[in-house]
Amino acid sequence: MDTRVPLLSVESLGVEFRTRGGIVHALEDISFSVGKGETVGIVGESGSGQSVLFYAVLGILDAAGRITGGRAVFGGLDLVRASAPELEEIRGREAAMIFQNPRVALNPIRKVGHQIEDVLARHTSTPSADLRRRAIEALASVRIPDPERRYHAYPFELSGGLCQRIMIAIALACTPSLLVADEPTTGLDVTTQAAVMDLIGELARQRNMATVLITHDLGLAAEHCDRIVVMHAGHVVETAPTAELFAHPRHPYTARLIATTPHAGSDLRSLAAIPGYLPDLRRSDLPACRFSERCERAEPACGERPLARLDAGGVHSVACRSPL
Amino acid sequence: MLRLIGRRLLAAIPNVIGIVIVTFILTRALPGDPAAFYAGPAATQEAVEQVRAKLGLDQPLWAQFVDYVGDLAQGDLGLSVSTGQQVLDEILRRLPASLELTLLALLVACAVALPLGIVAATRPGSWIDHACRLITTLGVSLPIFFTGLLLAYLFYYLLGIAPPPVGRLDSMFAPPPHLTGFYLVDSLAAGDVALFIAAGKQMILPVLTLAIFVLAPIARMTRAGMLGVLSSDFIRTARASGLSSSTVLYRYAFRNAMLPVVTTMGMVFSFMLGSNVVIEKVFAWPGIGSFAVDALVQSDYAPVQGFVLVMALLFVAINLMIDILYTVIDPRVSIDD
Amino acid sequence: MTELAGLRHVRYVLADNPVTAGAFALFGFFVLLALFGPWLAPFDPLATSPDKVLQPPSAAHWFGTDQLGRDILSRVIVATGLDFGMALAAVLLSFGLGCALGACAGYYGGWIDRSVSRLADTIMAFPLFVLAMAIVAALGNSVENIIYATAIINLPFYIRVARSEVNVRRNAGFVEAARLSGNTEARILAFHLFPNILPPVMVQISLNMGWAILNAAGLSFIGLGVRPPQPEWGIMVAEGASYMISGEWWVSFFPGMVLMLAVFCFNLLGDGLRDMIDPRRRT
Repeated sequence: MDTRVPLLSVESLGVEFRTRGGIVHALEDISFSVGKGETVGIVGESGSGQSVLFYAVLGILDAAGRITGGRAVFGGLDLVRASAPELEEIRGREAAMIFQNPRVALNPIRKVGHQIEDVLARHTSTPSADLRRRAIEALASVRIPDPERRYHAYPFELSGGLCQRIMIAIALACTPSLLVADEPTTGLDVTTQAAVMDLIGELARQRNMATVLITHDLGLAAEHCDRIVVMHAGHVVETAPTAELFAHPRHPYTARLIATTPHAGSDLRSLAAIPGYLPDLRRSDLPACRFSERCERAEPACGERPLARLDAGGVHSVACRSPL
Repeated sequence: MLRLIGRRLLAAIPNVIGIVIVTFILTRALPGDPAAFYAGPAATQEAVEQVRAKLGLDQPLWAQFVDYVGDLAQGDLGLSVSTGQQVLDEILRRLPASLELTLLALLVACAVALPLGIVAATRPGSWIDHACRLITTLGVSLPIFFTGLLLAYLFYYLLGIAPPPVGRLDSMFAPPPHLTGFYLVDSLAAGDVALFIAAGKQMILPVLTLAIFVLAPIARMTRAGMLGVLSSDFIRTARASGLSSSTVLYRYAFRNAMLPVVTTMGMVFSFMLGSNVVIEKVFAWPGIGSFAVDALVQSDYAPVQGFVLVMALLFVAINLMIDILYTVIDPRVSIDD
Repeated sequence: MTELAGLRHVRYVLADNPVTAGAFALFGFFVLLALFGPWLAPFDPLATSPDKVLQPPSAAHWFGTDQLGRDILSRVIVATGLDFGMALAAVLLSFGLGCALGACAGYYGGWIDRSVSRLADTIMAFPLFVLAMAIVAALGNSVENIIYATAIINLPFYIRVARSEVNVRRNAGFVEAARLSGNTEARILAFHLFPNILPPVMVQISLNMGWAILNAAGLSFIGLGVRPPQPEWGIMVAEGASYMISGEWWVSFFPGMVLMLAVFCFNLLGDGLRDMIDPRRRT
């Protein structure tokens, strides 16, 4: 186990949503950590709760969501117990988040330059005369060509790739130590995707900034992350360094995910599909292992609590009774 | 920006043409023979024919239309039979009374409806949200003439707080020197505070009645707009970058939520201008609405036609301003058009 | 959705939404009054009695009597039929005409679309109540003309809903299929596209009924259309107006309240229907 104090350490975090259709048990007993300057991938099918996890950590869950327990220690402060003003101080200054579909993730009727200035004015003591210069610097730092002109642009006048760069500029304007990138390449075309990922990687290295990459694309995570946390239906099922995970996946779900991920030289016909669907998280009879109903190795004991957790050697852990 | 306004102006022209045609058709669709009407009940056949020729009613329809448009271009809306005055003069003299009422009511309604809608949207399911839903549904169900009477009964007869519903000023006061025609403005300009208070008192009930009525659609749209915007992606981005909740709520959410509200302002004004007629009758308000209603009761049609035309043109102008306001708020319009 | 599932959905929504259920019950009550009003009224709504002028509500006259000694309760009950009838006739007229025009505009496009849209825009260029006033003034002061005027000012809403609903579907798969299997254009429009515009139009009808009642009552209030001694809510409020500020509140109060209740009922129904048809559009 890494002995350094991690930047972010989430322990036994649970989240539920109250909806008309009943209580959604969105996250249960989530534990993982992110070290300083480390890049961690949070991987799973869409709907596994990766985004909700970081909404909860950063305190931007919507009104229907509620943290049921656990801790999320970031820079010595437990974010679960932090007050709303404390969280506001941290968001954007210490920990920032960027999202998918950048063209709709920016305020449509505010100049992008002003949107950057809003964050600078909020979190730094930049004198208002300097705000504009710093906003243009921020635009230049994410390699937006002609930043003086783009400062005056509205999001609808920019391409998806440029909008994502703007969002990165907003997120990084105050040099946070953690960036959460939530499917940052979804909604962008393929060449732009690579450029955006390279930009994030490079800026993270320059600033020694930890990065969390939320994605459903295991291939993307493999390319950019030091360590991968695999999530399924609101559970962390496996955590391992990237190379280790690919070489020796221990959880049947991880193995399935790897098998469904196309890579160089893979035969399309050999691509497997994961059988079944994510379970309905509103059920009151969810089995302890939420994958057990889709799992071919499942045995009756898999449904019984508590969820088994195995230390699979060093920094590799898996939540399975009969791992591979 | 100027080009944009020019384009909006051009786009309003077909509406103005449509309005002129419709009012012309309505003029000619009068029941019975207008010539006989204008000549009076005791007129001989010969006299009726004379009036007919004088009014140009013996001409073919297209020629009558050309005459009508020509008269309009000169600002001639005809004579009121009952008062013998030029209709246009009368309308212009009474217009400020109606506008003062309408604008003040709109101001009051917005001052209540916008905060109400915002609070309801930020606390869905709370008591204030339910109150907002109830008020908005109740508000659009109110027969405005009835609310007016009810308020008059309550505040004048029962509580004695409000002055009697008899027009713009108590008979003890003389109107302020004419400047804008708005008594509240003119009395202040003349430095007459007592007059200002007197005029203000007279306005309370009609303004309240009208405000309660238009409050509902504005609050409803604000709430819906805010709900839509607050769940949108860019608000999540704003919150994720730690912007204070007031910045998120006002600078980010509210301005976006105002777009659908501004769009529905046209409908709101349509309601308000229509309701004015009824309100003015209830409170004996000497505006253009009561002018038209009085004329209508006496089968004096020129004022009614003039009133409809002026109201429609006013409404076109308001819609034009709403359009322009929208393009000021939303940068996307200038490109998409 | 099958018939049964549809019913079950309605029942589910009603159980979940007691307000809508209440509105349905109130609506039923009003329909009863409208249909059987003359038989339910305790007194002759036109019978004047000079010895019982302006009496406050009592056991004999629950809503009191008016300036001619007529029983207000009876007049309010009998007026239901006229007010509902006017509104219903107006709404059905604009529904029929508006949907036909709008559907044609959306389906055929071209000059038909342009002229229908122009018509709708021209109507909307007027403040609607003012236009209704002008129409009644021009056509003549009668109940039918109130109905026509109310129908005309409601027309644009139906035209727009029908036009957009047909327009988005005119090249849909099921329409192509119907075309390929030899249906005429008119038949496709009537039997394949028209049913699709009904759900949103039903919501419109319900919301419009309330508005049409308000409109007709408003016109009567300013002295158009219905003439005394015919009982009608708007005109009854107008007749009681001057008594309101001298303390005889009941003359205007009861017809006004019932009018408000009727409009409120339709608005609640409209909201409820919208929830039923499209839960996502809840506002």
